[in-house]
Amino acid sequence: MALPVSPPPDPDQDAALASRGAGDGLAEGTTNVPASTSLIAEDLASPTPQHSGAVARPAAASRRRLTMRKAAPYLFISPFFILFLVFGLFPLLFSIYVSFFQWDAATGLGGMEWVGIDNYAFVLMQDDWFHKSLYNTAWMGIAGGLPQHLVALPLAFFLHTAFGRWRNTFVGIYFLPFITSTVAISLVFTSLFSREFGVVNAMLGALLHLENIDWWQPQYSKTMISFVVWWRYVGFNTVLYLSAIQTIPRDLFEAAIMDGASRWQQFRHITLPMLKPMIYFAVTLTIIGSLQLFEEPFVLTAASAGDGRMSGSGGIDQAGKSAAMHVFTTGFGENDFGTASAVAWILFMIIALMTMLNNRLLGRDTEGR
Amino acid sequence: MSTVAHRRFSLDNLLAYAIVGAGSLIMLIPFYFMFIFATHTDREIMSVPPPLLPGDAFLMNLEILLTRIPHFWKNVGWSVYIALMTTALNLFFCSLAGYAFAMYEFRYKKQLFALVMGTMLLPAFVTMIPTVLVMSWLGWLNEPRALYIPAACTALGVFLMRQYIGSAIPRELVEAARMDGCSEFGIFWRIVLPLTGPALGTLGLITFIASWNNFLGPLIVLSDMEKFTIPLALRSLQGTGQTPWGAICAGAAIAVLPLLLIFSVASRRLIDGLTAGAVKS
Repeated sequence: MALPVSPPPDPDQDAALASRGAGDGLAEGTTNVPASTSLIAEDLASPTPQHSGAVARPAAASRRRLTMRKAAPYLFISPFFILFLVFGLFPLLFSIYVSFFQWDAATGLGGMEWVGIDNYAFVLMQDDWFHKSLYNTAWMGIAGGLPQHLVALPLAFFLHTAFGRWRNTFVGIYFLPFITSTVAISLVFTSLFSREFGVVNAMLGALLHLENIDWWQPQYSKTMISFVVWWRYVGFNTVLYLSAIQTIPRDLFEAAIMDGASRWQQFRHITLPMLKPMIYFAVTLTIIGSLQLFEEPFVLTAASAGDGRMSGSGGIDQAGKSAAMHVFTTGFGENDFGTASAVAWILFMIIALMTMLNNRLLGRDTEGR
Repeated sequence: MSTVAHRRFSLDNLLAYAIVGAGSLIMLIPFYFMFIFATHTDREIMSVPPPLLPGDAFLMNLEILLTRIPHFWKNVGWSVYIALMTTALNLFFCSLAGYAFAMYEFRYKKQLFALVMGTMLLPAFVTMIPTVLVMSWLGWLNEPRALYIPAACTALGVFLMRQYIGSAIPRELVEAARMDGCSEFGIFWRIVLPLTGPALGTLGLITFIASWNNFLGPLIVLSDMEKFTIPLALRSLQGTGQTPWGAICAGAAIAVLPLLLIFSVASRRLIDGLTAGAVKS
């Protein structure tokens, strides 16, 4: 999900995060406890360099302490890396390996048959369902992703400029969809989008006098899924933009107001340019996330299949099937692990490519910041 | 908190209120109907216009839910168990690793931390297929540990704990404990960990919610309905003949209610924790 582009942050930011992010108990924690121990710290540490105290002790013991001290950090971080090796890196490498084999998993490891790059060739040239799922993914990525930012940017600006006491409440409301269970809420949406009795159709009928839409027809299902995706992530982006706006120096706005700048002019000439690094970053996250789209279409389109087992197919004409769903159905629906792994790696390459492209387009000026 | 612009009752502000208000309605409507529908019969739900106020059919919907998903309470139990195990393991391992990254100097520290962060970029679908194989070789298919062991130490958790420990815990404190002959692990366990309460709280809630909502993981490793987690159990209501809308919404409400409760008391903390990685970049 969220990750920093350049991990080591500066100390000021550190402090800012700690006081904001980690909560209320912090203030007591830092002031109380050190006070009681700082005397000892001074006594022992300040008069002499740290390890000269240790030299006074028996040499063997101090050497053991030093070894322990050297080894400790590696020991402490090892659980993460052990888990990553077993459940991250090994599966990763193994899936590269598998992607060069024809393999029905039911036959066991002995049933693997080397086919070279045939799986890749098949997926790229002949796998029509992959091409379609890729098209669907791009469609839903743009229709679900772009409006997230078009809405989140002004929303964050409004929340910043027009809201005081109620700001956090509204931020919470917008963020709420992000923390809810995709499956549960997608099931609720399934009923809201129902053709006959759905609330969505009722509202569209009342507002725009539209006929009842069958949202599971191929020409509509992607719109439905994109809406749910937008609904889920717009608040996340709003929070990102809001926190970036809050770091813009206040005097910039004050000077602009002095000069008689309207709110639109403030937004256009101060907020947007200052937000550019965050826009780049948030768009990167959306691109990566959109290309991995799985849960929303998986649950939403299952309703049309009429059979629980069919879920994953993407609904009528596979119109709502995402590329990640294609990995799933190829692997677990058809038991074709080789092709599924090839699909996964091609999709991974596409993600890497899109991220680089985005970096070229949007990230150019944000690099040296 | 004061803001830059004049917060007077202007047309500008009115427009901002209207837009923000309308948008927040869109955010809340699905939750509203989830709770309303959970208390209505299917016949009432499918009437036009739909019911807008609470009804009295919740227990009936629950009964339907329990007939359609015979192991529902067991499924809830598995969800709770897996979420609690994941959380407990993360609190320990992430703070331990975060402590090492925050307080020690060691070779390749930068590179190793970059690697930790880099793993967040790894898409789930790439490891989906081989993960099932690994689980089947380990004999963990259909076992809850297939879900909480791989998730026992997450990159986001290590990141959060490193940030907090690095900024909130004075190095002198650690040095002083070391001078007093406290063992390296003892420093962590007795000195550092008790001071990380707020960060542990945030990490705990985030981990619990992530595990509670996890769908792809259970989907590929669990096949025994008795061992399903809630999201999997709810999904099995789909497409089995006549859709039991009331029961679906009742089940969804049960799945979402704990999240709403957690969010209502700790929203600021959750929002900050979940966006920390992005905001700090």
